[in-house]
Amino acid sequence: MDITFKDVSFIYQANSPFAHIALKDVSFHIPSGSFVAIIGHTGSGKSTLIQHLNGLITPTKGEVRIGDYRIHSGKKPDSLKELRSRVGVVFQYPEHQLFDETVEKDIAFGPKNFGVPAVEISKRINEILPAVGLDENLLDRSPFDLSGGQMRRVAIAGVLAVKPEILVLDEPTAGLDPKGQREMMDMFYNLHKDQGLTTVLVTHSMEDAVKYADQVIIMNKGSKYMEGPPEEVFVQRELLNQVQLDIPEIIQFLHAFETRFGSHIPFKRQTIERLAQEISQVVKGADLRE
Amino acid sequence: MREKFIEFRNVSFRYGDNEPWVLKNVSFDIYKDEWVAIIGHNGSGKSTIAKLMNGLLYPQEGEIIINGLPVNDKHVWEIRKFVGMVFQNPDNQFVGTTVQDDVAFGMENRGVPREEMILRIEEVLKAVRMEEYRLTEPHRLSGGQKQRAAIAGVLAIKPEVLILDEATAMLDPRGRKEIMQTVAEIQQQSEISLITITHDLQEVVKAERVIVMNNGKVWDEAKPREIFAKKDELRKIGLDVPFVAVLADELIQNGIMIKNEPLDHDEILEELWTLHSKM
Amino acid sequence: MNNAIIIGQYVPGNSLVHRLDPRMKITIIFLFVIFVFFANNVLSYSILTSFAIITTAITKIPFRFILKGLTPVWFLIIFTFLLHLIVTKEGIILFDILGFKVYSGALIQGFAISLRFFLLILITSLLTLTTTPIEITDAIEDILHPLKKIKFPVHELALMMSISLRFIPTLLQETDKISKAQASRGVDFRTGPIRDRIKAVVPLLVPLFVSAFKRAEELAMAMEARGYQGGEGRTKLRELKIRKLDIYVFLVFLLVIAGMFYTRNY
Repeated sequence: MDITFKDVSFIYQANSPFAHIALKDVSFHIPSGSFVAIIGHTGSGKSTLIQHLNGLITPTKGEVRIGDYRIHSGKKPDSLKELRSRVGVVFQYPEHQLFDETVEKDIAFGPKNFGVPAVEISKRINEILPAVGLDENLLDRSPFDLSGGQMRRVAIAGVLAVKPEILVLDEPTAGLDPKGQREMMDMFYNLHKDQGLTTVLVTHSMEDAVKYADQVIIMNKGSKYMEGPPEEVFVQRELLNQVQLDIPEIIQFLHAFETRFGSHIPFKRQTIERLAQEISQVVKGADLRE
Repeated sequence: MREKFIEFRNVSFRYGDNEPWVLKNVSFDIYKDEWVAIIGHNGSGKSTIAKLMNGLLYPQEGEIIINGLPVNDKHVWEIRKFVGMVFQNPDNQFVGTTVQDDVAFGMENRGVPREEMILRIEEVLKAVRMEEYRLTEPHRLSGGQKQRAAIAGVLAIKPEVLILDEATAMLDPRGRKEIMQTVAEIQQQSEISLITITHDLQEVVKAERVIVMNNGKVWDEAKPREIFAKKDELRKIGLDVPFVAVLADELIQNGIMIKNEPLDHDEILEELWTLHSKM
Repeated sequence: MNNAIIIGQYVPGNSLVHRLDPRMKITIIFLFVIFVFFANNVLSYSILTSFAIITTAITKIPFRFILKGLTPVWFLIIFTFLLHLIVTKEGIILFDILGFKVYSGALIQGFAISLRFFLLILITSLLTLTTTPIEITDAIEDILHPLKKIKFPVHELALMMSISLRFIPTLLQETDKISKAQASRGVDFRTGPIRDRIKAVVPLLVPLFVSAFKRAEELAMAMEARGYQGGEGRTKLRELKIRKLDIYVFLVFLLVIAGMFYTRNY
């Protein structure tokens, strides 16, 4: 499903002394099947933005379109439940949403709410467990007996069991150690590819954005600040610096290299391996400029 | 030779008699005015070490000595006076209803007179660059600001060692940077030992010494540069190797002989330039 | 966040009312609440009403905002008024609609009681609107201080209150977050039969409790690490002081009350 924002604004506690503008005239289009990274500081409006994707909040002004669903200011679509079954959201620290007696029941909770038959649910659980890296013998355990990493995987399985077409991920790797982070992002990327999902990733990691995203949206103080493919967005160092955002390390390095050696190696999302080859050519005296 | 400040002697710990050992026969020393980073994957036992250092937990085996005193029921309150700790979750350690109230909490516990408190609050908030937030309530602060307030609260009791137990793990990159900068400044300006516990190898570059934990044991103890050189092994125990270290390795594969394990961009560029000039 | 939370929530400001010592505010409000019951005619009511309205104006909090915050009690005020219209049978008959007689006494009494009710609520809500919860806690701790002699845990109680206050916004945020997460998993908190809605609360409450216990545990550890050993030998940063301003305000208040009593016999 496509996602379109048209001049979306959102104000918290409108008409009170605590009114706070969280989004200001945000417009963008995310084609079906793409992997989008949304980047910005805490408080830039990212969280508010993603809550529009499954109708948790409705815009104060403007329109959100998810496939054929339209969400206008102040009016939730009549088929809100249906929309939520097609847009899965993995919130930050998703393990905090676990509550049921067993892992199995907790994973089944979402699909059951959306009216998926029991037989189908157990079939889905069997498919999802290996995909999220959980062992089958955990199904009868209480989710609260598991390790932090396992709990998170259970919570994610609970969202995937609904079989959403759009998957929204709000900093899904926060608090994990580096190995856990890498494994989790690879897992999401594989799911994205295998199931043809549209993935919206909210992240602070420029490295993840470079590695996985087709499109990057940079938010600043409630407005869209930049948008485009990562190789075009991240090379605009000045613009990113102006809003104190990090630049992916490889681009920082390429810039430092250029200052030192006077030769420009373009950024095209190359691996470190490839980068090393390019650098060694320059260091050994070959002139890339030709 | 520097003076020993914290000694772990064959320390083993587990949470219950039937539980697995979290720490097994761990020994190391930390010296006065030193910056030590303790790293390891989640569950490697690194956070348990922090809690043992000020008597929030006691080991089943072995002995911990801090500033000459063994950590036990008798000395624990004395020891807490010179061991300050900042924990992982910014919210769950913020006691006060405003920044200044929170900073005061430790001093109030120790009966510091009110006039003295006011002076010290001003001083420590300056040290962590939070002067303008003195009267701000916690839910209006970012995670990084809350953690800086927590650091200020610890500094206010003038400890001899500051332990950051994964204090940056829940922060965004900006908050993380703020904390690391604050901590580096404090370490330079005062005579305080610093122990940073983290799983982020980027954060250990400035430390003098690194203790790497794996499965409850001390896996290695060395200077950051020496640790960075063990890339494959680090990956095996669940840690990430920084960009510069990986690049250095790949360059060597391409026949560019980087020798002195570089820690940052400047160092690796310097080496490349030297090699380039010789070619 | 829910708009209902605004009711009685502290609105930061620097007005005369904001700056008063919280103990003075509590005393004045306490006395006002008692003296409202002594008003008995148009003049004495006018004096008290003017006092309440002028005080509200001094706070500089928009009047509309305060009235909006009182929404839940409007119903009670109007209900009281209507009740009097029906029940009281004094004075002359004003009008007669389909055999239902409205007496002049009923109108006057109904109005007086509703006004009294309104004044009570307005003036007490001014306390929470202009005083931070922690100031109120400090004031209560101070007022209860004499009870320490009979081993009443005044310090512990105040600490508990101040920590609860500190965590209210945190827990509200958490409630919001978890209910959104469960709503995303198809829970419907708003529609459907009551039984289903009660059931829908379980996936919200369990995670909230789990997290609250975890927070409590971590907080206890952090407090211990920071040297907390109970109230013994503790000093305090926050200090309450009665200043000249408080005395003046109290004198003005006494004058208002005296005026009210004087006009009672008119």
